[in-house]
Amino acid sequence: MTVWIAIAATALGCYVVKLAGLLVPAGALERPLVRRLAALLPVALLAALTAQQTFADGHALVLDARAAGLVAAAVALVLRAPFLLVVAAAVLVTAGVRAIGG
Amino acid sequence: MTSAGGGLTLLQTCALSLLVFTGASQFALVGALAAGGNPLTAAAGAFFLGVRNTFYGLRLSQLLALPRAVRPFAAQWVIDETAAVTLAQPTRRAARIGFTVTGLTLYLLWNLTTLLGALGAKAIGDTDAWGLDAAGPAVFLALLAPMLRTTIERAVAALAVLLGLGLLPVLPAGVPVLAAALAAPIALYIEGRRQGEVRNGAPEEGSYDAQEEDR
Repeated sequence: MTVWIAIAATALGCYVVKLAGLLVPAGALERPLVRRLAALLPVALLAALTAQQTFADGHALVLDARAAGLVAAAVALVLRAPFLLVVAAAVLVTAGVRAIGG
Repeated sequence: MTSAGGGLTLLQTCALSLLVFTGASQFALVGALAAGGNPLTAAAGAFFLGVRNTFYGLRLSQLLALPRAVRPFAAQWVIDETAAVTLAQPTRRAARIGFTVTGLTLYLLWNLTTLLGALGAKAIGDTDAWGLDAAGPAVFLALLAPMLRTTIERAVAALAVLLGLGLLPVLPAGVPVLAAALAAPIALYIEGRRQGEVRNGAPEEGSYDAQEEDR
């Protein structure tokens, strides 16, 4: 039963925070500074997430095959490769480095 | 999902996935429950991981311009992936399509894989050996890259990476990413001061601190 309580509380809480952002009235976002802040916040969040998914192992920072994969993705991006090729480059290089024993 | 290992039933695992639909929060809740944590403390940790979705919602509501009646339904899909795809679209029409397609696809796939995982499908084996764990950050990088057009966006991204990685070892899960969001107001503040200096013709006292942080 306690598990169901935890699930219900998490579901409710996570839904409310998702909805909260959408329900902020457009008028409140009209000021140029607020508009720019709202535009820059996702950039900050996504950049931090990208870095953490590449270099984090729990609470530890590690440099492993994923980093090589992300470098490959960055190179593909600079070369203006299509989206799927960018992701494929990351996956293949990561798997390759692991296969070699990285 | 590793819910089975956390002592959740099939029904609980699927309900969690369907109702919460924020990967990080789900893993956090299952992990905390498996460790024997108080259910409400576990829920609080999971909730904290979900708070960043509010920031996505702020931007998405501008980009999507959804009718009020639709918002409660769209809200469940406000997550990292849909935000990244929607923000990368050039027009409102494309943004709406991107949000809907990404949201629907992920919602179906995520819940299907949760069900299969809970049923004990172990046949896939070690996905890490295939390098699939690098696909996530590569997707984010590809979606983020076009957003880094100007200096301030690059500065925000760089500062966010530093904050997100630097605080990771010392703060509870989910908090470093939220702290990294501070990169946005910090960058705007520094930019504002610099523009103020240009107008005034001379650097203000104490402005060197601001320049220090931007470096």
